[in-house]
This record gives sequence, structure tokens and C-alpha cells, in this order.
Amino acid sequence: MRTEKSHAGGIAARRRQRRRPPVLAGLLLTAFAAFFVLPVGWLLLATTKTDEQLLNGNPLSFGSLKQLKENFTAVMSFQDGQLWTWLGNSLFYSFTALAITLAVSIPVGYVLGLVDFRFRKPLLVTTLVVMLMPATTLVIPLFLETNALGLAGTAWSVILPFSFYPFGVYLTYIYFSTAVPSALLSAARIDGCTEWQVFTRIAVPLAKPIVALVGFFGFVANWTNFFLPYVMLPGSDQYPAQVGLAQLLTSVPSFNPTVGAGFEVTRPELALAAVLAVAPVLVVFMFAQRTLVSGMLAGATKE
Amino acid sequence: MAQSAPGGLASTPGRDKRRNALGWSFAAPYTVLLALFGIVPTGYALYLAFTTSEAGFAGFGNFVATFTDFRFAAAVGHIAIYLGFWLVSLTVLTVGLALVLFHLRSARLSRFVRFLYYLPGALVGASSVLLWLFILDPAVSPVSWLLRTLGFDRFGEVIAVGNLPVLFTIIAFWTGAGGWIVVLYGALNNIPGDIIEAARIDGASALQIARRIELPMLRKWVAYMVILAFAGGSQLFVEPQLLSQASLGVISNDYSLNQLSYTFAFQTGDLNGAAALSVELLVVSLAAAGIFVTWSGFFDAD
Repeated sequence: MRTEKSHAGGIAARRRQRRRPPVLAGLLLTAFAAFFVLPVGWLLLATTKTDEQLLNGNPLSFGSLKQLKENFTAVMSFQDGQLWTWLGNSLFYSFTALAITLAVSIPVGYVLGLVDFRFRKPLLVTTLVVMLMPATTLVIPLFLETNALGLAGTAWSVILPFSFYPFGVYLTYIYFSTAVPSALLSAARIDGCTEWQVFTRIAVPLAKPIVALVGFFGFVANWTNFFLPYVMLPGSDQYPAQVGLAQLLTSVPSFNPTVGAGFEVTRPELALAAVLAVAPVLVVFMFAQRTLVSGMLAGATKE
Repeated sequence: MAQSAPGGLASTPGRDKRRNALGWSFAAPYTVLLALFGIVPTGYALYLAFTTSEAGFAGFGNFVATFTDFRFAAAVGHIAIYLGFWLVSLTVLTVGLALVLFHLRSARLSRFVRFLYYLPGALVGASSVLLWLFILDPAVSPVSWLLRTLGFDRFGEVIAVGNLPVLFTIIAFWTGAGGWIVVLYGALNNIPGDIIEAARIDGASALQIARRIELPMLRKWVAYMVILAFAGGSQLFVEPQLLSQASLGVISNDYSLNQLSYTFAFQTGDLNGAAALSVELLVVSLAAAGIFVTWSGFFDAD
């Protein structure tokens, strides 16, 4: 009797669940989709308009490709092509730092995951604690340190702190300790491989997926970092794109009426600069979309 | 060190030396970076925080000076209000949306929606702040009708100081929530299907399943999210800094604690005060990290 009842209750619950949520859930999901996507769409459309169209036209209308080209020419001629310099700097800082991050993280992740050496645990715990600290926490102390060392203002004052990426170490450690069968490594050792050969011939080729994952997060973190280069670099010629944007902002009359005539940047041009400044990240996002959205991060920790 | 690492070399005493040599030769480059850019700056900040500009011992003098600075209490207040809005909305909305997405019947639709939510994450940092400067300016905003309905006709009215905690919450949510929804969704996916099926057969409704099974299983991840969001939120910098520029100083450039630290270091030239403020912020985020690591057991990989 009792089982029957609860069984019937189960069916009723399932029916209710099928009928009711779709409307409410659909509304909720659509509203938030609009919230997340409309600003991006609006920004992309804004790059195709004139300032006048931006002020008076339909916010979600398309301007023209010709205007997009004009905005591009205009913003790229800002201070004789300063935006190119900034983008070049961003590429240089991000990729150099990423190369160091990978070269350093893979060996350490490998031994942390697979070799029991002295002080392994303290090294791991320190890494976890630093990883949980926001990247901005150490910016001012880092400046004070590099200043004392005479490194402040050089490209290395940005690249080296970028290349220290504990989250990347954590990800490689998890990968090696879970996804790489240690029997495979033991077999190679029995076959007479040296430790270096075990690492380069077996561990490194197996590390491809984790290189992609650390590469993605590391690149995005480096590219979008604002505070560190803002504090470290004194000259506009050294700025990465994110910091350059802040300077560009001060040349937009509607945000800064004191800007001198002939030096103004229009709002659509600023919008275009904002898009260009994150374009590489957008591209990486599109490519990584599949893996990321499937919830890969959740699988990155053992539970 | 008693329990051996998974796999690797056999744990006979004679091999300890070899293992240590191997471990440290591979770990050395990273350890150098960790020391130089994690530990040394922390130590140096501590040193500066406890010394005077003439390198004499200052005791807690620099800390007292920052606490009694006329801008300090205001900055702490700003951050506290912002964190209140940010943490509550982040927790409630990401958990809610992840649950709804998880129960969507069409997997493809769910995946697509997750991608849409995640997309603004690409516009992090200065780009997202610039975008929101536009969205919040009634002159060009695509939602100017909404701003006007709320009684804002000019950009200056929208970015009044009292509104900033809510505005920063919206910006932070817009760029960051999607990533967390993806993470929480992944965590829900990891709940064994037979547990939910068993509950369903026992007559649990969707709401009961969410409350009794899914939410408890998400707890760890929610804690992780809240701790990181708390630590990150206390470090607010780029948003108020750009807003200060765009508002022509209507918003002063010492709205947040990190800005105040920046002001100390670069405008007042008070490196010891800047270091003391950094140490205060560091203690907050270290405490958050420490509590999380010890209490949650999240990282117990061994």
C-alpha cells in the first residue's frame, strides 16, 4: 500500500516537474541570457557606427562596414598607431610569460604528482595558499620589491610575476597524479630509461591536454591583467592593451571634456579599441568553448 | 612524509636520496619563482610595514597610521557594502541558474545557454569596465529607457557614489558569474545519477531533490566560490580607478583599499604605509584561503 502511494507520488511529482518549470525556467534563463549577451552584441554593433548614430540611432542597429573601417583607421592613428604598440606589448608579455609558466609548471607538477620527495607537502600547501590569493594582492609589494631590485619599469617586472602561476602548477599536479598511470612510468624505468628519459619521452607527451588547459587560463590571466602592468610600467610605449585602454578613455570628450581639440577619440572608436583589446581572448574562448563549457574544471579536482 | 606519493619510485630508505634529488631538480625552477614572486614580496611588505622610512623599527605605527587615515574607514565601508551585495547575489543566482540549467531537458540547449553566460568572461578587466561605462550612460545606453525609468537622466547621476556597490556588483556578476555557473554545473554533473534516481523513485519532488541532495553536494564548490569572490572583491581596483577617470574625479581615486594603497605608494610616497595596507589586505585573503584549505578538505588530494 505504502509503496504504491509513494510510487504514485513519484509519477505525480515527475509530471508536475515537466509541466511547471519550463515556463518559469525559460523566462529566467532568457532574461539572464539577454543580460549576459546584449551588452556584448551592443558593443560589437557600436564599432560600426558614427558617434551621431550611437547617440540617436536604434541601439541594436548595424551601422556600416565603411564606418567600421573608418573607426579602425581613426583609432589606429591615435598617437601614431599607439594601439598597435600596446597590442604588440600584450602579445609579447603574455606569450613570453606563458612559455616560462609551461616550462616551469610541467616538471614541478610531474614530481609533485608522482614522486615523494622531501618537503613535497609544504611546497604543495604553499602553492595552494598562494593560488587562493587574488592576483592583485601582491601587486604593491611586488612593485616595492622590483623597485628595490632595480627591475621596476622593465618588461621583466611584468613578465616574471606573470610567469609565476600557481594555479597552473596545481592543474598539472592534479593531472599527473590522477590521469597518468604510474605503472607506465615504472615499466619505463625497468626498461632502463633514465629519469630524464621517463620525463621527456613519456610524461611530456602525455601532458598535452594539460598544456592546453594551463595555456588557456594562463594566457587569459596574463592578457587581461590590469593592475600589475599599471603599477609597474611608467611609459605609455610599454603599456599592454588593457592599460592602454585606460589612457584612451581619457581622450574621449564625453568622459573627459578637457581633452584638446584634434586629439579626441569618439565613442565608437573607443568601443572598437575595447573589442580589439580583448580580441585574442575572444578567439581563444571560441576555440576552447567546447571543453570549458562541459565543466572540465569540476573534473580538475579529486573529490 | 610517511605516506608515499602515488606511484613513482619505490619507497625503500636507500632511494630517498635519489628521490629527493629528482624531485628538487624538477621542482627548483618553480620554487625559485614561488620564492621571488610569492614569498619574498610578502616578506618585504612585512618588513616595510613594520619599519619607518629611515628603516628603524616602527612597531604597529604604520598600521595605526593607515587605520586612522581619514580615507581608510570610508574605503573599508565601500568594500564591505560591495562585498555584501556581490556575495549574496553571486551565491543565490549562480546556484539557482546552475540548478535550472542542469534540469533542462535538452542537453544542447543547456550547453548553448552556458556558453552565452560564459561569454562575457572574455571581456574581463578594463574592457568590461569601458563597456559598462557606455551601458550606464543614458546618452548612448541600449537600456537608456530603463535608466530613465529609474530616474537617471545623466551619467553623473548613475555613477553617484551611493550607487557604486550595486554597479560594481553588476559588472562583477556580468563578467564572472558565467564561469562559476559552468563550474557548479560540472559539480552537479558529478553527482552519481543513481542517487537522484533512487530519491525520485522514493517520491522526492524536484524541489526536494534540489534541497536535500544537490545543494548539500554543491556546498563545497559554493564555499570555494564565496571564498575566492570574497578575497577577489576585497581587492577591487580597476573598476573604481577607471570610473574615477571617467567621472573627472567626481569619484575620488581612493574609493577602495587597493586604490588607497596605490595612492600611498605613488602620490604620498609613503612606501611603509602602502606596505602596511597591503599586509592588511594580504591577511584578509590569506585568512580566507587558510580557512578554506583547512576547513573544507577541498584539496586533500593525498
